[in-house]
Amino acid sequence: MPTFNDILIMAPEFYLVAAACVLLLADAFMTPEQRPQLHWISIVVLLVAGCLVIAGQPAQAVTAFGGMFVRDNVAEILKVFALGTTALVMVYARPYLIDLKLLIGEFYTLMIFAVIGIMLLVSAGNLVTVYLGLELLSLSSYALVALNRDAKLPSEAAIKYFVLGALASGMLLYGMSMVYGASGMGGTPSLDLASLHHVMAYTTAPKLLLFGLVFMLVGIGFKLGAAPFHMWIPDVYQGAPTPVTTFIASGSKLAAFGMAYRLLDAGMGDLSHQWQLMLAVLAVASLAIGNLVAIVQTNLKRMLAYSTISHMGYLLLGLAAAGPEGYAAAMFYAISYALMSVAAFGVILALARKGFECEEISDLKGLNQTSPWMAFLMLLAMFSLAGVPPLFGFWAKVLVLEAAIHADMLWLAVVGVVFAIIGLYYYLHVIKVMYFDKPAEGSVLQAKPDVTLRVMLSLNALSLLALGLYWGPLLGWCRRAFGL
Amino acid sequence: MITLAHYIVLGAVLFCIAVAGLFINRKNVIVLLMSIELMLLAVNTNFVAFSRFLGDVSGQVFVFFILTVAAAEAAIGLAILVLLFRNRSTINIADLDSMKG
Repeated sequence: MPTFNDILIMAPEFYLVAAACVLLLADAFMTPEQRPQLHWISIVVLLVAGCLVIAGQPAQAVTAFGGMFVRDNVAEILKVFALGTTALVMVYARPYLIDLKLLIGEFYTLMIFAVIGIMLLVSAGNLVTVYLGLELLSLSSYALVALNRDAKLPSEAAIKYFVLGALASGMLLYGMSMVYGASGMGGTPSLDLASLHHVMAYTTAPKLLLFGLVFMLVGIGFKLGAAPFHMWIPDVYQGAPTPVTTFIASGSKLAAFGMAYRLLDAGMGDLSHQWQLMLAVLAVASLAIGNLVAIVQTNLKRMLAYSTISHMGYLLLGLAAAGPEGYAAAMFYAISYALMSVAAFGVILALARKGFECEEISDLKGLNQTSPWMAFLMLLAMFSLAGVPPLFGFWAKVLVLEAAIHADMLWLAVVGVVFAIIGLYYYLHVIKVMYFDKPAEGSVLQAKPDVTLRVMLSLNALSLLALGLYWGPLLGWCRRAFGL
Repeated sequence: MITLAHYIVLGAVLFCIAVAGLFINRKNVIVLLMSIELMLLAVNTNFVAFSRFLGDVSGQVFVFFILTVAAAEAAIGLAILVLLFRNRSTINIADLDSMKG
């Protein structure tokens, strides 16, 4: 029987579910004049949830509902950043949504449901919770991608995302069924991640277990967007409305890291020598495909999509190290990537206006002359994504490379460094276009006059510099979460 | 006598048909949705078989969750499909090529 304590442990999730339902109802009863208020209400809802997460932070891992739900520091950190970046996305999205006449309740409620999915996923202690959290996040994301109903590209992106996402879930589930079967051969069958940890020691069907592991890895690869399971990323990034792209690039990546950590470490930790090499292969493929194909892109959103694939390669470097140090580095990387991508897409959102998406790299021509501050913020985001010291992205890269070296995978670290240098090219290209090209005839490239957007975007981009200079506390927080 | 292996093979065959349907089919998005459903049913067969032969109900409980989510998934998939047809007057997969690179 669930006790009051169980409910207390899950308080932030329960609160968000209740708030999302209230918002859904409020949206139905609001007049069109009142509806824009939903924006501020949703942001407050997310911030309150963030406070609840921080306030209830347990000293050590606690579980609720018979181990279905785990609340530990890893989950807390990921939740805080997922809530924070989603609130940022909402702030950046407002003027863009007004232009497209999309400032509707659906956007906010779907975003909040997606965040609930993330929170369940990163706290999952059981295969059922992993699946339900993942589907809540994915189903909300499919609908969000198709939010702009009358445009051609979003519906095409949505159907591609839907089919490949469903394929990934199917693979993941098939793997889970195999693992469940293997856990019952010679022992008690279980869906609980903590009990699955020791299956390898006793199972009479180790092949079945490995078979399941491979299928689960394919599912994880799809959700992370690691090559060769990256096909959906470029089309979805390009086709989705930019605010939704921003969310998929930030919050979902934190969730994907959380899912990979839960399934691989908590569930399949005993098999780490098996999946380490598989992850290493995925990492090399992602680094190569992401960085090389990004070079030839002319669409900024598509270029950032390929850059995501390469960043997932670096994240996998940390996961492949398969130890607390590697996980801490990978989590630090996921957080840094979420902040950087929100800043980069934030600049695109700030510059876009009615009938002008600002999504071609050539649209940024001469940005430094028309709007030097925006150009500077984009410069910070690009340098940070490229991993130029002393920005945030540099330290994140250093840490995953260090973790790979400590795990005796020097070759992997070398590959990482080589592709970091290749990747520098396309980030520098954007900076060159902004600073050294002449603006197009009659260009009026200006940031939107929305004060909250400007202030938050500036803080976001400057935080990349601040965290690059003073990264100790955040790294310490990540390392403590893994008991270092 | 039908053994566990028979069910697992059945699950594998269904799963393979579903994956083949996703990759070989070049005509119709609805067939993709059917393949996705078939894939989830293959997984359900597996879970129920393991659950029955290993004498543990948790696998069958998982199947209930999968069925429920599959229904929601089909609803969203069909909604997107309707959207696609309204915007492009076609659901031919080969025509979904406006984004490249």
